[in-house]
Amino acid sequence: MSSFWSIWISVITLGSILGCFLLLRWCLSNQTGVKEGDDMHHEFDGIIEINNQLPKWWTYLFYICIAWGLIYLVLYPGLGNFKGLLNWQSSNQKILSLEESRAAIELVKDNGVISQYDREVAFANELYAPIFDGYYKQPITDLAKDPEALKIGQRLFSQNCSQCHGSDARGQRGFPNLTDDDWLYGGTPEKITETLINGRQALMPAQLDAMGEQGIKELVSYVLSLSNRPELDQDLVEAGEARFAICAACHGQDGKGNYAFGAPNLTDQTWLYGGTEKTITETLTYGRNGVMPSFKNTLGEKKIHLVAAYVYSLSQDK
Amino acid sequence: MSEAIQVHPEYNYKVIRQFAVMTVVWGIIGMAMGVFIAAQLYWPALNFDTPWLTFSRLRPLHTNAVIFAFGGCALFATSLYVVQRTSNVRLFSDKLATFTFWGWQAVIVLAVITLPMGLTSSKEYAELEWPIDILLALVWVSYIINFFGTMVIRKVSHIYVANWFFGAFMITVAVLHIANSMVIPVSLTKSYSIYAGAVDAMIQWWYGHNAVGFFLTAGFLGMMYYFVPKQAGRPVYSYRLSVVHFWALISLYIWAGPHHLHYTALPDWTQSLGMAMSIILFVPSWGGMINGIMTLSGAWHKLRTDPILRFLVVSLSFYGMSTFEGPMMAIKTVNALSHYTDWTVGHVHSGALGWVAMVSIGSIYHLIPVLFDKPRMYSIKLINVHFWFATVGVVLYIVAMWMSGVLQGLMWRAINDDGTLTYSFVESLEASKPFYFVRFLGGVLVVIGMLIMAYNVYRTIKSDSKEQAVEPEAQAV
Repeated sequence: MSSFWSIWISVITLGSILGCFLLLRWCLSNQTGVKEGDDMHHEFDGIIEINNQLPKWWTYLFYICIAWGLIYLVLYPGLGNFKGLLNWQSSNQKILSLEESRAAIELVKDNGVISQYDREVAFANELYAPIFDGYYKQPITDLAKDPEALKIGQRLFSQNCSQCHGSDARGQRGFPNLTDDDWLYGGTPEKITETLINGRQALMPAQLDAMGEQGIKELVSYVLSLSNRPELDQDLVEAGEARFAICAACHGQDGKGNYAFGAPNLTDQTWLYGGTEKTITETLTYGRNGVMPSFKNTLGEKKIHLVAAYVYSLSQDK
Repeated sequence: MSEAIQVHPEYNYKVIRQFAVMTVVWGIIGMAMGVFIAAQLYWPALNFDTPWLTFSRLRPLHTNAVIFAFGGCALFATSLYVVQRTSNVRLFSDKLATFTFWGWQAVIVLAVITLPMGLTSSKEYAELEWPIDILLALVWVSYIINFFGTMVIRKVSHIYVANWFFGAFMITVAVLHIANSMVIPVSLTKSYSIYAGAVDAMIQWWYGHNAVGFFLTAGFLGMMYYFVPKQAGRPVYSYRLSVVHFWALISLYIWAGPHHLHYTALPDWTQSLGMAMSIILFVPSWGGMINGIMTLSGAWHKLRTDPILRFLVVSLSFYGMSTFEGPMMAIKTVNALSHYTDWTVGHVHSGALGWVAMVSIGSIYHLIPVLFDKPRMYSIKLINVHFWFATVGVVLYIVAMWMSGVLQGLMWRAINDDGTLTYSFVESLEASKPFYFVRFLGGVLVVIGMLIMAYNVYRTIKSDSKEQAVEPEAQAV
């Protein structure tokens, strides 16, 4: 902030505190013109006021709090641009990117500033890094059998993944169930790790413009037939099959899906957004966008290793 | 006192009667709403999958109803009564008073309609959309003109301390309301704040904290300064204490808002400044409690027989407790544990139910017989029953929220040897569940108390007795 505002803040702050102090001093000495203990000689609807001295303990409490407030403002930032004698800050503020943040952490270290958040993160990293380093050296298939490793993985999962995939990892509409054998991008340790590190962007394009309402109706019938639904209009199914060529690009000629595109298998009973005629029509008409965020920067590869082991283990005992 | 029997001017009691009765009515509605949403937190199915019955829409209705409808009506009733009685003059304008009453009721009814519809500015305690905000501002200005007008034409030389607090409360609330409600309207029911980002958050909590500081503290201290000495029949303990704590309180409160935004994107200097001022504020806050409680010296025996006085004294105890708790929670290290937990909810309710509601209830019990020309309330026994329902209810509520809040805070920060968090959020929610039931129970007791009050008020107003009200008079030392 400009030095004008800095001065403005300091003057008003210190002025307010000083004002309270002077007010207290002024009232401690009897300036009322009335003897202490007498009434104030004014009466309001039968109520009178006594000119009693301020309670001593309360007065001392006031001094203590004022002194404490001033000491705090000398030690910590508060008076405008003045940083405080402790050179403390909560974190690096006004950071817009990861690069800026990393640069700021180094800069602050060089300048001897106590940056609380940076220090706590550094402390935690130093303390916990060896644990995660140890696990990182072991293959995921081994970790998936290590109860201690799985506990850590599960806790990381419930804090970072359960918001979408559920506490039991069974997913919800639009977010896949991780406990079954059905995978969008593959369920090997490598694929799960890849998904966690880079995230995934799934796109099912809207077909309304290309196919028209009739076309979508036919396609829905064909898609339903792939998972053996009863009582379908065979004419519609056949017409849909003819249109399926464009879908086969991702979902495969047999509709069994493709890990490369994250295209779901349409022939089983597992549905990401729902398998009713209505929801499939909705999916085909408007398309779908699925996003799995990247955890590379938030969790880091070593923690991801443990999460991957946990997720991998979920479908192993099936 | 020799002047105890004096000829009163023709006070305007009509508007006071209206506000006093509506205080009870809105109190029941607002608190019942609170009980309902407390029940929803325990039995989520109670929203019946109906949008306007969901917690998110009824919670602002609950807060608006208890703060502005119940608390507001209590403040209007008492301030307009006290300013007349202590200035020894009728209200400056009866017409403005009528406008204030009906205007305020209109604002509340509009809130009752729009908030469940989901129309909100999304600013806490300032959810009403801009057309209602404008009406509210107009009503408020009419109130200010009437109050200060009455003080200007007063028949006594000095201005009584209760009126200092009422005056500070209404001027500050006007400034807060107008500044925080500055928006760019896009339609009749939708607008966007003119502030952005951290500045918007700061303006909001400058408003939010001073809604507590001036609406719910200064205003009710004004109430306390009249009804405590009046009901106790004792002189105010220390004039000089009231001078220090008044000026210190109003000059320090206005700084405290940033403590709602500790460890956020708010600049460090703003956070520390808000914290330092919040700590100093603790002392003048207690000044009011001391002056109120010390006023009772020599009249403690009255607590045995007078449940109205009991309401007033217990409200002061809760006031003292909350104003100690508040500055403590404003300390960053404590805030790191308490913020975003039920502890905050408990703190607010120890202030709102323990202090604000109890001092209002006590004052209204004092007022009703005077306003309707009755010797006393229909049943003193029922006031006592109400007192115990209210006290037990509030204690259950606060203790449940303290325990739930500290538990949440501790669970959220618990870490394992590997540095991972011990509990997921949903586990802390499960741990809080029993306390949500106790909180609901506490709320039910409070509402039952209010219903008893409504019955008592109704019977008092409807009673035949035309006997002149016997007012307890202040005595010389």
